[in-house]
Amino acid sequence: MSGIAMPKPSDAVLARRREIVAALSEIVPGEGVIDADTEMRAYETDGLTAYRQLPLVVVLPETVDQVSRILRYCYENDVKVVPRGAGTSLSGGALPLADGVLLSMMKFNQVLEIDYENRAVVVQPGVTNLGITRAVEEEGFYYAPDPSSQIACSIGGNIAENSGGVHCLKYGLTTNNVLGLQMVLMTGEVIRIGGKHLDSEGYDMLALMTGSEGLLGVVTEVTVRILQSPETARAVLIGFPSSEDSGKCVADIIGAGIIPGGMEMMDKPAIHAAEDFVHAGYPREAEALLIVELDGPEAEVDHLLSRIEEIAKANKAETIRVSNSEEERMTFWAGRKAAFPAVGRISPDYLCMDGTIPRKELPKVLAGMRALSEKHGLRVANVFHAGDGNLHPLILYDANKPGELEAAEAFGADILKLCVEVGGVLTGEHGVGIEKRDLMGEMFSEDDLKQQQRVKCAFDEKHLLNPGKVFPTLHRCAELGRMHVHKGKLPFPDIPRF
Amino acid sequence: MGETLKPRDEKDLVEAVRWAISEDHPLEVIGQGSKRDLGRPVQAGHVLDLSAISGVETYEPAELVLTVRAGTPIAEVERLVEEHGQELAFEPMDYGPLLGREPGLGTIGGVVGANLSGPKRLKHGAARDHILGLQAVSGRGEVFKAGGKVVKNVTGYDLPRALCGSWGTLALATSVTFKVLPRAQTEATVLLPGLSDAEAVRSMTRAMGSSAEVSAAAHLPREAAEKIGVDGFDGTKDATLLRLEGFGPSVDYRFDALRKLFGDAIAAERLEADVSRALWRAVRDCLPFAGDDAPVWRVSLAPTAGPAFVADLSRVLAFEAFYDWSGGLVWLRLKDGDPQAEALREGVKRAGGGHATLVRASHAVRTSVPVFEPQPKPLAGLSRRLKQQFDPSGILNPGRMASGL
Repeated sequence: MSGIAMPKPSDAVLARRREIVAALSEIVPGEGVIDADTEMRAYETDGLTAYRQLPLVVVLPETVDQVSRILRYCYENDVKVVPRGAGTSLSGGALPLADGVLLSMMKFNQVLEIDYENRAVVVQPGVTNLGITRAVEEEGFYYAPDPSSQIACSIGGNIAENSGGVHCLKYGLTTNNVLGLQMVLMTGEVIRIGGKHLDSEGYDMLALMTGSEGLLGVVTEVTVRILQSPETARAVLIGFPSSEDSGKCVADIIGAGIIPGGMEMMDKPAIHAAEDFVHAGYPREAEALLIVELDGPEAEVDHLLSRIEEIAKANKAETIRVSNSEEERMTFWAGRKAAFPAVGRISPDYLCMDGTIPRKELPKVLAGMRALSEKHGLRVANVFHAGDGNLHPLILYDANKPGELEAAEAFGADILKLCVEVGGVLTGEHGVGIEKRDLMGEMFSEDDLKQQQRVKCAFDEKHLLNPGKVFPTLHRCAELGRMHVHKGKLPFPDIPRF
Repeated sequence: MGETLKPRDEKDLVEAVRWAISEDHPLEVIGQGSKRDLGRPVQAGHVLDLSAISGVETYEPAELVLTVRAGTPIAEVERLVEEHGQELAFEPMDYGPLLGREPGLGTIGGVVGANLSGPKRLKHGAARDHILGLQAVSGRGEVFKAGGKVVKNVTGYDLPRALCGSWGTLALATSVTFKVLPRAQTEATVLLPGLSDAEAVRSMTRAMGSSAEVSAAAHLPREAAEKIGVDGFDGTKDATLLRLEGFGPSVDYRFDALRKLFGDAIAAERLEADVSRALWRAVRDCLPFAGDDAPVWRVSLAPTAGPAFVADLSRVLAFEAFYDWSGGLVWLRLKDGDPQAEALREGVKRAGGGHATLVRASHAVRTSVPVFEPQPKPLAGLSRRLKQQFDPSGILNPGRMASGL
């Protein structure tokens, strides 16, 4: 295990393990409690596989009442809880704690209601992202956010991470597509927010829950908005002699008032890895490749495709290929979608980073990355959600070579610092988790982080839900609540008040 | 009423909030005061006027990102982005006319505080769906920033979004970053005349469930249509409106698609761009109910629940109503002075749930009737704890949303 320290396990809790297992077994009878090491192995890590930890015990409730009683029990007994969906987090959001109950929500796997008229679907949190689309595609509908892991990842996990995908710029993130939630607080209280109607009544708790990385509450039911599938979709492949030209083309497309359904960029190493793997017909000589997808009514797609061809030519595009069939469109995407496994073929291991930058800074960041690649002695391939500025550098390393994981992590940290330096952020869609926890100070001041943690105090004042994630330093709520009041004089007396 | 404090910058603002904390003097927070009469009346010793913390910090059209100080007038921001062929796609409503003030007022801070939106809420969301980041001063007198200046960001809790709709009770934004979008090249509105409320919502539901990409859908029963006052729009019949925006060829194509969808049974008419824009602005600002002081409710429910809710309520109350958001937003004006809060909220529950806000009522009524939907106990407790974490002394707009918030 590498350098990220988790909170020290409580000896008192570890000593009470048998008692805790017994109490949970009472709440969830039958096979819903797992305490054998061999069986708990399946839960020791998530998508960030460099980190592993066996939990205290695993519990798989099936009803909201069971979730409520489990949390209530843990609250009363000061036992930590790590909620888990499908376990696909790339930032270690579901990494277990040695003294914590791992709460798996995967038995909550039912689609509860499909309401086409109100374009809303009510599901349990363990339903997969793609499972929602599968449930409604017969009627021509789909659920818009589409993270790459959509076959496996759960909608509950999507809420925790505010997942995105390749269609975010046009269709929004999870937070823009969720209408309502039922959730359980650490105290066991069950709360319902939103529903099939719009806007929140009172403070926007949906906004706080979405992207809260399992630190605020456990989601037990989700209402999402579904959309009618676009009438048609076509993609165009555009190869450029430099990433600058490609970046300029992206800016010009947006400047022309066009918001494509998807707009992805790959650099040369990524193009080659993908092409060697799936033979999508990508131009190997290109320094940068753009895949632009337009969706909507046919008349609009045709109109915009011709505009985009003009813009691409004006930006020195060397190859332009428009998909002429659904198969061809899927082939164009196959390379991009397989970019991660393709890189996995050319390197024993890779780290996937996830910064977001202002688009105009792309050439600078790519140049910076080349320099960092030399500094750390590791290769990097880049895929980039060009529409929204979300960059996924894939750092290639070999975990079997001593020191390479550490070098890769240091390289990754340098890339993220660079993203923040140019006005971007640490994570666009993968979450902070443990992976970027200790970099939060690069982006936020101590006061910024304290105000964030005060939100945690409103939901979970004992810090029992998923502690050790997101925040580099844990402050007790009593300490965060303290306020220094200075008796003052009337402020800025030198200016007019009326 | 005591002093009006008008900080010039963030530093002044911190000083003012700290002073208010030390003196235990709650503050009523205003920008241009355009929504001052919306919400539960605030018991405050002083007024905190944020309108001087104004100006555009950065605007990069190619990045689709705009950062402005909170006191900047909305009108100024809209003019600026329009010059660059862009817009705030959430269409912030102007409450001025409805609340008896002049139109065109309001600041960006108010957009955030009230989580403003308009008819396009249906497709593009509200202010909360377009905010990317902010810097703010909490009720503890501390400056914090949250979010960022890029479209995709999950670094930390989403405080910027959560502060939308908090009516200045948690923290005061000083600078706000929004995502802006290209303004549609053109638009048109499909007008379906003479439909009953139920038929109208069925038609809007069909249109919204089609691939015609309708960006707004409203139904004005004749009584509301008559009062909307838009040149080029014939308000003598019930009017169901479907808005289409985009590139010219696309709008034409989708207009034909919708006409085919409804077939010969409904004679769809087409309203061209100028009339369409003016009409949707009037719907956005609730103009049919402007000009008097009868109580007005803004009710959000599941779109298909709208007509049944209205029909059910009309058996016990005298009011007029019109629909936005494909039936999911009901604007309702009572014909006598009593807002009938209990009957109305019972009606919302019977219709399957949602929430009702009393957006126009006298000071006395707003003091005694909950303006915002009362919350069930565990949620109310959570809201109070959240307030406590941002504003432990209850300095910022205390009681504006509910007692204790």
